[in-house]
Amino acid sequence: MNESFRFDAPVGTLIKRDKPLIFEFEGKQYQGYEGDTLASALLANGQWMMSRSFKYHRPRGPLTLAGQDANTLVQLGGEPNVLADRQLLTGNEAVFGQNYVGSLENDRDAYMDKLGRFLPVGFYYRSFFRPLGIWDSWEKLIRKKAGLGVADLDFQPEYYDKKYLFHDVAVIGAGAAGLTAALTAANAGAKVILVEENPNLGGALAYHQFTENEFSGELYQRLLMEVEDHKNIEVFLNATCNAWFVDNYLPIIQGKRMYKARVKQCIVATGSLEQHVVFRNNDLPGIVMSSAAERMMALYGIRPGHAAVVLAGNDHALNTALMLKQHDVEVKAVIDMRSEGGDKRVLSALFEQDIPYKAGYTVYEAIGQKKNKHIKAVDVRAIIASGEVGEDSEIIECDMLCMSAGFMPTYQLLCQAGGKLAYDDAQARFRIENLPANLHIAGAVNSIHSLDAVIADGRRAAVNVLNLLSLSTEKPELVECKLKTNFDWPIFKHPKGKDFVDFDEDLQVKDIINSTRIGYRDVQLVKRYSTVGMGPSQGRHSALPTARLIAKATDRSVNETGVTTARPPFAPEKLAHLAGRGFSPTKRTPMHQRHLELGGQMINVGGWQRPAYYGATEQDKTSIYNEVKHVRNHVGIMDVSTLGGIDVRGPDTVEFLNRIYTVNFTKQPINQTRYAMMVNEHGVMSDDGIAARLADDYFYLSATTSGVDRVFRDMKKWNAQWQLDVDIANVTTAFAKINVAGPDARKVLENLTGDIDLSAEAFPYLAYREGHVIGVPARVLRVGFVGELSFEVHVPARFGEALWDALVDAGKPFNLKPFGVSSQRILRLEKGHFLISQDTDGMTHPGEIDMTWALKVNKPFFVGNRSVDIVLAQQQKRKLVAFTLPTSTSKPEEGNLVLKGDAISGNVTSCDYSPTLDSTIGLAYADIDQSRVGQTIPIRVDGGEVVNATIVQRPFYDASEQRQEL
Amino acid sequence: MPFALLKYGLKDDFPFEKDPDLPLPTDLKRHYDVVIIGAGGHGLATAYYLAKYHGITNVAILEMGYLAGGNMARNTAVIRSNYLTSEGVSFYSESVNMYKGLANEFDFNIMYSRRGQLTLAQSEAAVRGFRQRSEVNKHFDGDTDLIGPDDIRQLVPTLNMNAGGLPVLAGLWHRDGATARHDAIAWGYAKGATQRGVEIHQQTEVTDVIVENGRATGVKTNRGQVNAGVIIQAVAGRSSLLAAKAGFRMPITSYPLQAMVTQPVKPFLDPLVSSPALHCYVQQTGRGEIVLGGGSDPYPLYSTRSTLPMKEEVLTNAVKLFPFMANLRLLRQWGGIADMTSDYSPIMGISPVENYYLDAGWGTWGFKATPIAGKTMAELVASGGIVPDLIKPFSMERFNRFVQVNEMGATAASH
Repeated sequence: MNESFRFDAPVGTLIKRDKPLIFEFEGKQYQGYEGDTLASALLANGQWMMSRSFKYHRPRGPLTLAGQDANTLVQLGGEPNVLADRQLLTGNEAVFGQNYVGSLENDRDAYMDKLGRFLPVGFYYRSFFRPLGIWDSWEKLIRKKAGLGVADLDFQPEYYDKKYLFHDVAVIGAGAAGLTAALTAANAGAKVILVEENPNLGGALAYHQFTENEFSGELYQRLLMEVEDHKNIEVFLNATCNAWFVDNYLPIIQGKRMYKARVKQCIVATGSLEQHVVFRNNDLPGIVMSSAAERMMALYGIRPGHAAVVLAGNDHALNTALMLKQHDVEVKAVIDMRSEGGDKRVLSALFEQDIPYKAGYTVYEAIGQKKNKHIKAVDVRAIIASGEVGEDSEIIECDMLCMSAGFMPTYQLLCQAGGKLAYDDAQARFRIENLPANLHIAGAVNSIHSLDAVIADGRRAAVNVLNLLSLSTEKPELVECKLKTNFDWPIFKHPKGKDFVDFDEDLQVKDIINSTRIGYRDVQLVKRYSTVGMGPSQGRHSALPTARLIAKATDRSVNETGVTTARPPFAPEKLAHLAGRGFSPTKRTPMHQRHLELGGQMINVGGWQRPAYYGATEQDKTSIYNEVKHVRNHVGIMDVSTLGGIDVRGPDTVEFLNRIYTVNFTKQPINQTRYAMMVNEHGVMSDDGIAARLADDYFYLSATTSGVDRVFRDMKKWNAQWQLDVDIANVTTAFAKINVAGPDARKVLENLTGDIDLSAEAFPYLAYREGHVIGVPARVLRVGFVGELSFEVHVPARFGEALWDALVDAGKPFNLKPFGVSSQRILRLEKGHFLISQDTDGMTHPGEIDMTWALKVNKPFFVGNRSVDIVLAQQQKRKLVAFTLPTSTSKPEEGNLVLKGDAISGNVTSCDYSPTLDSTIGLAYADIDQSRVGQTIPIRVDGGEVVNATIVQRPFYDASEQRQEL
Repeated sequence: MPFALLKYGLKDDFPFEKDPDLPLPTDLKRHYDVVIIGAGGHGLATAYYLAKYHGITNVAILEMGYLAGGNMARNTAVIRSNYLTSEGVSFYSESVNMYKGLANEFDFNIMYSRRGQLTLAQSEAAVRGFRQRSEVNKHFDGDTDLIGPDDIRQLVPTLNMNAGGLPVLAGLWHRDGATARHDAIAWGYAKGATQRGVEIHQQTEVTDVIVENGRATGVKTNRGQVNAGVIIQAVAGRSSLLAAKAGFRMPITSYPLQAMVTQPVKPFLDPLVSSPALHCYVQQTGRGEIVLGGGSDPYPLYSTRSTLPMKEEVLTNAVKLFPFMANLRLLRQWGGIADMTSDYSPIMGISPVENYYLDAGWGTWGFKATPIAGKTMAELVASGGIVPDLIKPFSMERFNRFVQVNEMGATAASH
């Protein structure tokens, strides 16, 4: 087919004839112009078929030519489900149809169309499962038929981003109502964004001929000029406002960006969706909405056919007939479903043009060319009653059919905002009610269709908004429009079916009715049973006929029946738009670079990058054990900057901490640290750390790396209730922190501290000192997790690297080495210390881990106090025990189970080889009856073997606690 | 083509009309032996098993909206039993076993699809937790393994093994993980129950519970008062609101939980994949759509309205897991209400009010428990209040004694 269907210039306002573009469809080369969509470029070449339907694999072509139906979903390179009538042509793209086997022209699955009678609505619920197990095989077959496009599994995400916008007013839709509303608001001083889905402003003004208003052309030009030049209006073209979220939070998608707009007032002027007539074969390529035919001609300069039939339910379609005739398309007949006929003025224009006109008739069936690839003729019959036709048939040959059964408000955004659809039986249309105060509605979406009224309604909505913004005191005038645009019952059921209600899902009249007949009477249930409205166009064209059909079948009103819920997004949106740049933030300590230089193997711990150990991965065990031994025998340094730090100060500090933690801080001396533990309201261990008292009213607390944010948040939350006079600050990242640990720790540090006496007498175990280290202010704590002589030095974060370097230098004579998280975990395990959230779980109470000593009950209250009392008064069921195993036995993994007879009695929480003790050591929960020192517990290791571990006293190492107190 | 469809195709009439799935609406009677509040999966299943196993058929299910239109309509249809506690694994395993035979029992295809569920461990803590879960599962003869990165690559070749900068260290591979057509399950139960005499009353809202001397005797509805021998509440998402009408409080906080779905594409993903670290789970339905979900909203609320931040978070993470999905298109976003308990386990059994039984606290784990919850609740009613062993651990009274069944770790973003 090489014939060009393009009219001569200048017809076609959107295309640039001087900029031809070449592209491929189904492997064949075509030419279009800049400004074309994929669909318009194909139509210009006479290529109507663009996809195969979901279930029956029927040929499908454009229906709305406005991106509102699923018929033009194509595969664009590796991208599935691209709307060909929305996607702009860029040149050199390779486009394919979708949902076929073989080729679009010769789909080997086209036989599905003939199987229809064997596949009644919901057929898959009725079969494929007998005998038991057979479904597994059927499912594999059926699954292959699922889906539309093919995802490119190798696709790499491209750059997409997001931007915030803040404006007074958003106007969604730039038709006559939207343009007027935006201008009215902007002229009064409001800052306005005007969002238009199409590449051009104007809506129907850009393609429709308003016979009732001869000045519509001039009006259009004037509106365009004023809007484009207005300093208070920011116009977004090719931009879709894809949802309405609470408080006018609007995601607007344009190109590769999603704007997130927050506006004070929002005016929705999204127009309406033209509705199809339901008759047999109403899905053939060549059958389009009348607005689609107008778009083809006016916007893209495309001849929609040579011989047209127009099926009208309103005067709009009559205008389409006139426009076709003007463009030298023969109009074989205008079939008007209204027995009373149309507007006299339009009718006389039709007669002047010698266009045959029949009132009270309908198209009962469209007849297709071979394999239904295009419309060939229509079977026209008289309407004898609602939905019923006479026997006499007239066959009219044609190569296209335009139809308009009426309009459905583009209600999606409004219903997302809580708007309700109410059916007006006299007008046979849905109206929208019940909108929030900051959301307004204007034009066709407000069921106002004549041009003058639309303009007045745009103005009314803007004045309303200006009142709310205190920019005007003018009283808005209500606008009414009596024009009837919807035909009451444009549904003509055919005994042979294929009278489609829902094109996306290939659903016919009988499918909807049959669903109600077997008990699915609610519109929601009909949807779920038949899948009506579930497809890509989300009921844009099926909602109205479905509501009518259900209402009739269940003897209810359309209003009672309603439509299913409209949910975001309005149009399918790429995940890339929502994901944006997809940051994956991680935190690095000030000494990060040093760890890398030293060969640190970095792992993620609570969002931080931390070295697990230093050295090659293939020698991980050796490196870790060496680091452990080195700390035990010499000295090591570890970056502990990730440890949480919280400053609490103010007159009520002690009272506040006494409520937050289980211990009592009242008598804690200044310059002294102590262990501090907290439980949640259920009495479950939630965090622990060290509390250093800096002054009467000033504490510095540590928290676990992954727990500090939660601890800080909880502190703020509680104090929002308690209103104590304290200031709480999360100072975690304000400090760089290094732990210097090992018998030689003091010697290393001695050379770096001027004003801090490090001697055992002057700075005993658990003391806190402030002073200077390498000449910068430092907080020094003599605490140790690893069970050796140990100092923690905290300096302002920016000195972290300098401190690290200085320690490495000062440590050279003592062979100082850094150690990582993995090594520290063994060191602490040897010392028998538990780790919150590793050795405790969501149920661990203090009694289960021998921490009742940290419950100071000589205070009136702490969070979880009551729960702890209740729990401790009960018979304890399990306990955290320390166990050892000889190295010759299989080593349990953390997570292996502890057994008691046939039952699970606990689990291993920590287990490792101890280089210091040369045995396997670990912590595990066990039943209270199997938790005595000297007992053995059976542990089932990976692979199913059961090993018997011996319970020992904690700590495993240095039971006399001498080394840390050196 | 199966014989059944061939048979239907050769008849002129719509084949199922003589045997409708749901009967026409009827008037409310004044009295029922059992009134079940809520025609969701659990309420329907309870009625079905009451009628089928216990011969109790003078039963009414009262539903404020439409049949199975609450969380049964909104959940993402994940079926699994790879929980952490012995109590949880025993309970959910029984449920999975029941699911496998439901289609044939109903004579209605629920499209049960055993896909396997893969939960990704992206931290050492997760590896520890998953090892424990796989060991507990195996202990109860479950088919769950801790698998390494190589096996994961084979199962899901399209997965980014360093998603979000968090290397996938291991995975919990639960072969019994499955999905099914959630509506069909509700309809199957409804059909089976109504065929045995149970009445389902849609658009019938319970406005009050009548309690006399500590004993529930009936309910008031928008269609009048109904007296009942026994009342069961099965109203996930509104449990504490309804309990308040019966005069007691429940330890439940309700959070919105959102999910979303893409346009259909040809199948590429068999297992259900979830990443607790990224708060994201992904599966492909039989229709080819990708269903995506994450954690619950961060604040308690009774609104099912969608939000943008949750959508952005879930999809950002989905694209981290499967980068090529950036090119797919989202079709729809929706929400349900999850009744969360502090231990992430349900509340089942007796209540402080006599003759008033609870099936509540179903958070994000209600769908997969539908058959077993119905069966055990029916046993509870039929026995006159003797709590079946399987649900004893889930009594509301456990919160007074602090004997919780902690499934927190086994619930996050896996549903």
